[in-house]
Amino acid sequence: MLERINRAYTQIARARKTLGRTVNIMEVCGTHTVSIFRTGLKTAFPEGLKLLSGPGCPVCITDQGYIDAILAFADRADIIIATYGDMIRVPGRNGSLEQKTNRGNIKIILSAEDVLKLAKQNPTKKILFVAIGFETTAPATAVMANEALQQGIKNIFIFSNHKLVVPAMEALLSGKNHRIDAFLCPGHVSVIIGSDAYKPIVKRFKKPCIVAGFEPMQIIEAISEICREIADGKPQVGSVYHAAVTPAGNRTAQKIIDESFDIAPGCWRGLGRIDKSTLKLKEKFAGLDAEKQLGIEFIPEEDLTGCCCGEVICGLMDPPDCGLFATSCTPDTPVGPCMVSSEGACAAWFKYTRKKRQS
Amino acid sequence: MTAGDKILLAHGGGGRLTDEIVRNIILPAFDNETLGKLTDSAEIQFGKDSICFTTDSYVVKPLFFNGGDIGKLAVCGTINDLAVSGAKPLYLSLALIIEEGLEVDTLKKILYSAATAAKQENVQIVCGDTKVVEAGCADKLFINTSGIGVKWPKANLGFKRIAAGDKIIITGRIGDHGMTIMSQREGMKFETDIKSDCASVAQICEKVIEALGNDIKFMRDPTRGGIAATLNEIANQANCGIEIYEENIPVNPTVKAAAEMLGFDILNVANEGKAVIVISPQKVEKCLDICRSCKIGKEAAIIGQVVADGEPLVELVTTIKGRRIVQMPYGRELPRIC
Repeated sequence: MLERINRAYTQIARARKTLGRTVNIMEVCGTHTVSIFRTGLKTAFPEGLKLLSGPGCPVCITDQGYIDAILAFADRADIIIATYGDMIRVPGRNGSLEQKTNRGNIKIILSAEDVLKLAKQNPTKKILFVAIGFETTAPATAVMANEALQQGIKNIFIFSNHKLVVPAMEALLSGKNHRIDAFLCPGHVSVIIGSDAYKPIVKRFKKPCIVAGFEPMQIIEAISEICREIADGKPQVGSVYHAAVTPAGNRTAQKIIDESFDIAPGCWRGLGRIDKSTLKLKEKFAGLDAEKQLGIEFIPEEDLTGCCCGEVICGLMDPPDCGLFATSCTPDTPVGPCMVSSEGACAAWFKYTRKKRQS
Repeated sequence: MTAGDKILLAHGGGGRLTDEIVRNIILPAFDNETLGKLTDSAEIQFGKDSICFTTDSYVVKPLFFNGGDIGKLAVCGTINDLAVSGAKPLYLSLALIIEEGLEVDTLKKILYSAATAAKQENVQIVCGDTKVVEAGCADKLFINTSGIGVKWPKANLGFKRIAAGDKIIITGRIGDHGMTIMSQREGMKFETDIKSDCASVAQICEKVIEALGNDIKFMRDPTRGGIAATLNEIANQANCGIEIYEENIPVNPTVKAAAEMLGFDILNVANEGKAVIVISPQKVEKCLDICRSCKIGKEAAIIGQVVADGEPLVELVTTIKGRRIVQMPYGRELPRIC
């Protein structure tokens, strides 16, 4: 293990020399962010390498307007909100789902399939499904929607805000202020979309894109490869996650996404509106579409005052540089989603890095 | 309260919010020195004898889980609170809050399981109470047990005795109970062969105290909040730093994988048959031998040490020799696991 770490150090030093400055690598996936902190990688790397946390946590990149739209429905007696766990603590303009008095009507689910169960158990209620996540969770939503359609279930309403990763990466590199030299590409998402999905990024922006799994040695290998490519001036698409990721990805999952969703423009926290970045249900699912059936409306909003989650997601700022970090914004009293989500960069910084004890 | 003006599930999770409600709401109501020490058991002086007294309520869901049930848990949990306080568990009370509609057979099974667990430790259940509430007003069955024990003469435990250089032992693999409950919880399609560690640690505690007396500085059973909560409490109360080594912490690989898959930090996951022991460095090997000679302590390990540090922080040295902080869990990790 030490040998591989040393090899990575050599490549980091080479890349640094080539660039004449610190090498900035963005990890796009929230699971990578957590792994980097949890395994101590952040402290194990030498100076000259900076890891930036990117827009890879589904809760964090969700626009404030979407969260407030959900919250507005949380007080209705005829509605059950079905959501993945982290979402319930994200603050809206008026409290979070966790603080709602009818907490019994807010159900934490572990997979989209649970929504079917909830709908059958509560036939008199409308189940509003908070459908967020990337290409990893979208197929599950699609399968569930198809099941609901086939079984004639009428009380499921999907509020789709599924996002596509590649358009966000392109948007980041198209921004003027970015400081990204390469991407450590997400593990789970790449299982679905395949490593070839990053080819356009490499071609257009000349930045290495390497997929890794979540074990520390995988991340070290990928960083080593990225730095080698930077030093050699030969950016490429690649993967060190051979066990799970193929160049073409999972065609079955891709097919079900294609057949169930239309690609639409969508709003991202920090990045704003990005063309062709969001999945909306196809017309055949109109009966299950919360926007069409319940009139739930998603109006993009500014972030809460003082919250820098947007800048953090874009790699423009480290969490401790936010004025709210560890003062008014902590995991117990989060202001922005990056402090709530278990995969959020702020939560990871707060949780795992050495700092003075909070009084 | 930082999380609004209503009680949240997280207030019962054994993490920071539990600590807050205890300190800000409960302690001020009763305000006495014994309670204020916030030890696992209250130590009360009766003439020359030192009695330990503790109580705990059990609301685990499901009632039966791989490796135990709410009855065994209610007995072992209270026995463990006494034992890690340095007291020989002697007598328990057992109070039932039953939801209308619970099958009598289920109740019987649970009570006999509790009886067996008590008998194994020579503990008697000597008083109790039975209440039944309307369907919907409780979830099948809740149990409260209180326990009394007498201090082992050689026990001299306390946060104040902890000093830099002391070693930290865990008596076996961590996280088994919490991950077992999670995998069996309603709605979780996650089947594995993992098993709760639900057991009494009284034998281990008695043996190490008998053999090593003063060298045993402190003990605690790392239940809700896992070893992360226990070690943070030690660091805070003893005002010391703690360093633990990832590669030394015993974990069942399946349990670890399950925790990672569900996004839990294994250090935060509950145990119900383990003790964390803080011991002087001179006697640590001896202590480890004693632990390993006990049936439930075969995989005991030295996982870390107390360090001279300005801040009461718990730091983990990872397998790749990186470092990170281990924080007190927030408290919503695993609701209703005990």
